[in-house]
Amino acid sequence: MAALVARLTDDLSRRTMIWLAALFVALLIAPWVVGDYLVTVLILILYLAYTGQAWNIMMGFAGQLSLGHAIYAGLGAYIAAVLFTRYGVGPWFGLLAAMPVAAGCGAVIGYLAFRFGVTGVYFAILTIAFAEFARIGFDHLGVVNAAAGLFLPVAQYTHNDLWRLRGDPTMFYYVMLAATLAAFVLCRLLIKSRIGYFWLAIREDEEAARAAGIDTFRYKMYAVMISAAVTSFAGVFYAFFYNNLFPEQVFNISQSIQMILGPIIGGVGTLFGPILGAFVLTGLAESLNSALTACGLDLPGAEQVFYGVCLLLVVATLPEGIWPWLARRLGVTELA
Amino acid sequence: MPYDVYLNVAVGGLLTGLVYGLMALGLSVIFGVVRVVNFAHGEMMSIAMYLAVVLFSAFHLDPLIMMVPIAAVLFVFGYALQSGLINPFITRPEHSQFLLLVALAIIIVNTLLIVFGPDARTVQTAYAFDSFQLGALIVAAAKVYAAAAAILFAALLFAFFRFTLIGKAIRACADNYTGALVVGLNVNRLYALTFGIGAACVGAAGVMMTLIVDVTPMIGPTYTLLAFVIVITGGLGSMPGALLGGILIGLTEALAGLLFTPSAKSMFAFGILVLVLLFRPQGILGKRAA
Repeated sequence: MAALVARLTDDLSRRTMIWLAALFVALLIAPWVVGDYLVTVLILILYLAYTGQAWNIMMGFAGQLSLGHAIYAGLGAYIAAVLFTRYGVGPWFGLLAAMPVAAGCGAVIGYLAFRFGVTGVYFAILTIAFAEFARIGFDHLGVVNAAAGLFLPVAQYTHNDLWRLRGDPTMFYYVMLAATLAAFVLCRLLIKSRIGYFWLAIREDEEAARAAGIDTFRYKMYAVMISAAVTSFAGVFYAFFYNNLFPEQVFNISQSIQMILGPIIGGVGTLFGPILGAFVLTGLAESLNSALTACGLDLPGAEQVFYGVCLLLVVATLPEGIWPWLARRLGVTELA
Repeated sequence: MPYDVYLNVAVGGLLTGLVYGLMALGLSVIFGVVRVVNFAHGEMMSIAMYLAVVLFSAFHLDPLIMMVPIAAVLFVFGYALQSGLINPFITRPEHSQFLLLVALAIIIVNTLLIVFGPDARTVQTAYAFDSFQLGALIVAAAKVYAAAAAILFAALLFAFFRFTLIGKAIRACADNYTGALVVGLNVNRLYALTFGIGAACVGAAGVMMTLIVDVTPMIGPTYTLLAFVIVITGGLGSMPGALLGGILIGLTEALAGLLFTPSAKSMFAFGILVLVLLFRPQGILGKRAA
């Protein structure tokens, strides 16, 4: 354990450590300080930070642009929900089933693409095509109630049941906080390991990486499979938190887009970018929503227009994302 | 099912496919020359569709007549977009351009949602329920008009690229960017023109689509994907490929809708995409990149 901590922190400045610790403590005590509404907003933020971190493994580390990550979350959500409603299997065992299936799905997409030199934009379109395929497929799949949606039973909770993921928002908040922390640590371990350096080499120049003897096909496959498996937990969480699943929502391209906005705005390829991006984006969007509500306006597309404008501005003016810029300002380590 | 049902559905799919082809032609022209992947293509089409719907419901202007002015509006939009927003991005990494257009697509879809609401709109022309009969074959008149207009528009485009000086200059830009600069072509202006032409294509296709389908703000992303599937199937950058891909996808969708269920039809289009990416990544008529 001590060795692990040392490995995680050996190249961080004292200043960085203090900031990290302060942030973690703030997140830890947040539910006692803020109200119920803000706890659900924080859950959404952590959810996006987590999925963004998972997506970042593929795009930020290995340089493979996926625009269909909703498929992995969706598979995770449906597998856990079906196992729970039909066979009474708890979410954590459901996760054990969901992760290999999502990784397998990622492997199929990766195999098809990387084997035949489908790269760049073509790869992105292939990932969208698979997610759309899943959306329409699940819309017609009787086992999961097709387009009518799958519902998890909602009972009156007398107590928080962590094992079956039934409880109040505060419990879900801590589950998501733990998951976000775990994803953060996992990514830091990966990026500081041999596999991480290989990914970065592939991202920077795939030809050169291959010339240097890296089996680029294999390491790209690892990236998509790990990313998919990590993302599938977000789906399991989604199923048990919202208690309803519709293919039209779960596999929608807007889900995939929302997952990638955080890391892009925060900083692709950085460990802290997805977290910062999720906070900035959701924070601003919620403020916008309350401002619109206060003005008595009900504009269903306003939040999305706002996301679009944010994405546009960041891509045009800060292509590296906010975090590298902010990290220099704060004088802290950029973290990969 | 009797044989003539299949025939009718297939011909209907083929006619719709020609309009798809024109839409995809716009995407193909833009990619082939500017090398920018227009991820807001279907969204640009939905702008044209809403223009046609509004002009029809407010002034009873027939979409077939409004095709030219609306295509012109989209041309100006595309020209301005390329010279104002996208041009600084042409030297940026591919994914950076891609995300810029994703952002634009999100803005267009949701602005349309705010302005027009989520309900489907439609154009009820006098000839909406007319049909032509040829033996056992019965086809909707609106589809025939739309397909004929698509062929006309595509033919004009081919002629433009083949016979006019500007068309040749644009092809020169596509063939060799540096060479085009060396011989003194104004590449930025030609890029903007090309983007405008691509936008005009998709605008014209959109106006004709209003004769065939209802329009909602959410169809933008669907048609963007469809355009990609068509263009990749036919061969990115190949103009005949885009038309051929359009016909192929139109036929597939129509037959899949008949044999399975209409709501599952795009699954088959995606299936074709996966097969093409697997076995002929450069597309049916595409040339393999050197």
